[in-house]
Amino acid sequence: MKARVHVTLKNGVLDPQGKAIGHSLNRLGFPEVGDVRQGKFIELELDETDKAKAKARLDEMCRKLLANTVIENYSIELVG
Amino acid sequence: MSGNGVSLEKNPPVKLPNEPVITPQIVAEHGLSPEEYQRVLAIMGRTPTMVELGIFSAMWSEHCSYKSSKVWLKKLPTKAPWVIQGPGENAGVIDIGDGQAAIFKMESHNHPSYIEPYQGAATGVGGILRDVFTMGARPIANLNALRFGDPAHPKTRHLVSGVVAGIGGYGNCMGIPTVGGETNFHAAYNGNILVNAMTVGIAPTDRIFYAAAAGVGNPLVYVGSKTGRDGIHGATMASTEFSEDSEEKRPTVQVGDPFVEKLLLEACLELMATDVIVAIQDMGAAGLTSSSFEMAAKGGLGVIVELDKVPMRETGMNPYELMLSESQERMLIVLKPGTEEQARKIFEKWELDFAVIGHLTDTERMVLSWHGDIVGNIPIPPLVTEAPVYERPWTLTPLPAVIDAASVPAPKDWRASLLALMSSPDLASKAWIWHQYDHLIMGNTAIRPQDGDAALVRVNGGHKGLAMTSDCTPRYVQAHPETGGRQAVAEAWRNITAVGARPLAVTDNMNFGNPQKPEIMGQFAGAIMGMAEACKVLDFPVVSGNVSLYNETEGRPILPTPTIGAVGVIEDIAKAVGSRLTQAGLGIVLIGETQGWLGQSLYLREACGREEGAPPPVDLAVERRNGDFVRSQIAMDRVEACHDLSDGGLLVALAEMAIAGGTGMEIAQPARNVVPSHAFFYGEDQGRYVIASGSADDVIEAAHAAGVPAVLLGYSGGASLVVKGLLSLPLSDIKAAHEAWLPGYMSATE
Amino acid sequence: MKAAVLVFPGSNREGDVAQAIELVTGRKPQMVWHGDGDFEKTDLIVVPGGFSYGDYLRCGAMAALSPVMAEVKKRAAQGVPVLAICNGFQIVTEAGLLPGTLMRNAHLKFVCSDVHLKVETSQSLFTNRYQAGQVIRVPVAHAEGNYFADEDTLKRLEDRGQIAFRYCAPDGTVDGTGNPNGSIRNIAGVFNETKTVMGLMPHPENAVEPMFGGSDGKALFEGLVEALT
Repeated sequence: MKARVHVTLKNGVLDPQGKAIGHSLNRLGFPEVGDVRQGKFIELELDETDKAKAKARLDEMCRKLLANTVIENYSIELVG
Repeated sequence: MSGNGVSLEKNPPVKLPNEPVITPQIVAEHGLSPEEYQRVLAIMGRTPTMVELGIFSAMWSEHCSYKSSKVWLKKLPTKAPWVIQGPGENAGVIDIGDGQAAIFKMESHNHPSYIEPYQGAATGVGGILRDVFTMGARPIANLNALRFGDPAHPKTRHLVSGVVAGIGGYGNCMGIPTVGGETNFHAAYNGNILVNAMTVGIAPTDRIFYAAAAGVGNPLVYVGSKTGRDGIHGATMASTEFSEDSEEKRPTVQVGDPFVEKLLLEACLELMATDVIVAIQDMGAAGLTSSSFEMAAKGGLGVIVELDKVPMRETGMNPYELMLSESQERMLIVLKPGTEEQARKIFEKWELDFAVIGHLTDTERMVLSWHGDIVGNIPIPPLVTEAPVYERPWTLTPLPAVIDAASVPAPKDWRASLLALMSSPDLASKAWIWHQYDHLIMGNTAIRPQDGDAALVRVNGGHKGLAMTSDCTPRYVQAHPETGGRQAVAEAWRNITAVGARPLAVTDNMNFGNPQKPEIMGQFAGAIMGMAEACKVLDFPVVSGNVSLYNETEGRPILPTPTIGAVGVIEDIAKAVGSRLTQAGLGIVLIGETQGWLGQSLYLREACGREEGAPPPVDLAVERRNGDFVRSQIAMDRVEACHDLSDGGLLVALAEMAIAGGTGMEIAQPARNVVPSHAFFYGEDQGRYVIASGSADDVIEAAHAAGVPAVLLGYSGGASLVVKGLLSLPLSDIKAAHEAWLPGYMSATE
Repeated sequence: MKAAVLVFPGSNREGDVAQAIELVTGRKPQMVWHGDGDFEKTDLIVVPGGFSYGDYLRCGAMAALSPVMAEVKKRAAQGVPVLAICNGFQIVTEAGLLPGTLMRNAHLKFVCSDVHLKVETSQSLFTNRYQAGQVIRVPVAHAEGNYFADEDTLKRLEDRGQIAFRYCAPDGTVDGTGNPNGSIRNIAGVFNETKTVMGLMPHPENAVEPMFGGSDGKALFEGLVEALT
């Protein structure tokens, strides 16, 4: 099955990259863009069929490596 | 004989499924002229397969064969007692004493950097690094010469940002300090930027590795990253005809992975410390094709490459793609038989791919096999000896008229004119750029960017310093290529001399327009003639180099730009000097004669809007005499700071020394020099230096004894640059103008 | 003083710090490969600068999980001093040996430049050859040196004197002047609670010889020798 993990910065953590992106969009003619936060998208192929098991393992993967829980949140989506 | 009983000369190779018939259009798409294709047919004795056509296309491309430039490059001096290896290998090698060799080269990555500035520049750095470490040298310094378009051109800012980030991104991760270079702007580069990257490495003289393969039967080993579809041009793919899955097969821009290259560097150096390598070559332009071909050709041998054994990153790759892919971070090695496991362990430790993909033969043919079928079979010597060599027609640019200083207006406001020059794009501080380069890693950087005319790094294991520079004045080359070529070499020689080092050798990166135009070929010819003469008189041979042609867009060529990279040595690095003026009370001495040459000067261009006139002449005997004198004074500890004069002339050089060191000066034009003041202070006469000395009288006396013009201009001190009767400018004002332009330009919104 | 310097795939300043240690102690440190779960006992462990694992995912994230780091965590818990520089600082924060995290520089670019640091305390193995309040000049070279920790952590660090260095102006003023990366409260380096683990973004190992950028960094290594011999 395929898993999709979104890793995002926690609220309150300064995101200079997101800020730069927002300003660039404004300058490009998109004044409607306000706050921008940039995160990471990680797609994994898992050799696992049990959804609950997969979720639990992915949770562990996120806490151990994929996200720095000091400053990042993560969300997991299972496909197929 | 192939060794497996098959008579390869007689049996044509197997074609790939859905392989297209070769048409004139396909030949043209491969960059081969009809005449060149006729040569292919004559060599092969039959129609080539697509893979074979691809191989000829790559090996006979301008980049790999130097077909338009070879006849001229032969005229460059390449020998000296300290040259261990001249042009023809991956990089040049010179003996720097104490059993150590400096290995260096400069290469261009112009067209890719225009398309994708970050990756183009990054992979340019990656490529030149491999060229140096493939010879056994640990790289110890990087330099780069960048030419961008007019700052007002809409693409320039984006290109500067991307190129600088790419160079930094790759070099910093590799852990090699980027210690010097130059950055210019001119509208002629609007459609074609130049990114020339230079690397210098150190190796023991008795442990240098070459590309010539040896030993029939010896294994051919592939190491590094897996091969993907990077850099293969879509036109030649005719993907719909090769396979139904054309979407997935779209070729990609070369993307560099400096982390993998760092691992590759360490693994290769570890392997090189053992005795198992027979030959080694990096896979650069035309990847597996050029590396395997050149290794076999240089060794007078043949090779069998089993393409199905090549580590692949994508599914469904075919032999054509595998041979022409320009995936980065890969090396090809010929090992001693029986040493494969020992070598494999090293690459596994560094988590790199390692695969035995073939072996050497005595057939002098390149044979490609694919799952047991022969899919390519090319005789090697004829491909080399019959490679096209063109003596393209050339017309020399005539020497323009000399500009008389009287015809050039003097500044209305001297302060404003100096501030304008110091903040002009070519002269402005490039700190915004080099603060993005790690220039301190390895702990050996003795002269930081902008603190001296050459970069200077200590060579580990002793007191020696290696001085390095990159220089060229393209507007001089445009005006009169021969003078410009001479001047580029002379200025590189002066840069090395100005820090107290002995100039040893040159790597040249020739960047020009379309060589099929006689005036462009004439620029190339003229530049080479000037360079050759300068290299000869200055004992400054060319040991490596690169040629980049066809740098034009819509018929508009770049300024002819023969970038000269150079290396020199100072035996005791403690004796080296930079150009920062840090002490008061020093005599400011001008070495060399000043007639006030304003033709092609920055003053004429920036202040008067004129790009005209003959460039300043270069008297090589005078250059030699003056430079050797300056070096001798530095060796006698009489020099606190030294700066050679170039763009902007004397006043700019004095301003640069003062703001770099935070010390002003009070000087005057010598009474007996009756040149108009703007010509005296902004003229770009060659063969000159400024020395700041605590024993100026001794320096001047020695100069006169040596027949070297020398005059005391004044003394250092205070917080302003004072030119009696002309201007008094606080250093803080000059510094502000100098430092503001580039950051301001880069952060400006559209 | 016996020192071990860790080497990860992609480390690139292990040579610099080894050179500095040899200059000050007269003895080459042991270079320890990341795959070694065990290595000779030493007085000091150094986690050097570089781009371990290419800085992929997050700087130091993958290195923090290597076998050698598991052993380093054990020894740190026993009080073996650990000096973590630049990428090393990133690795030890990821490994939980020091609080906080290093993020992308606020101005989003790599920066290599001299900075001035205020030494916050001389009461540590690492800073005992400096004076509290002393201003030193050392270089930085990083793209992700922006120190961040939440308010509670910061309060704890301040209250317990765990801030080792702050970016400052040449005269020692700490007001943001000279902060090269936007680090919160201008924090350039921190200690753990027992002041046996110190992480800093600047490179003292590149400031140990007057001819090569100044020698303000030398006292850090001399302090370690003094404390650990």
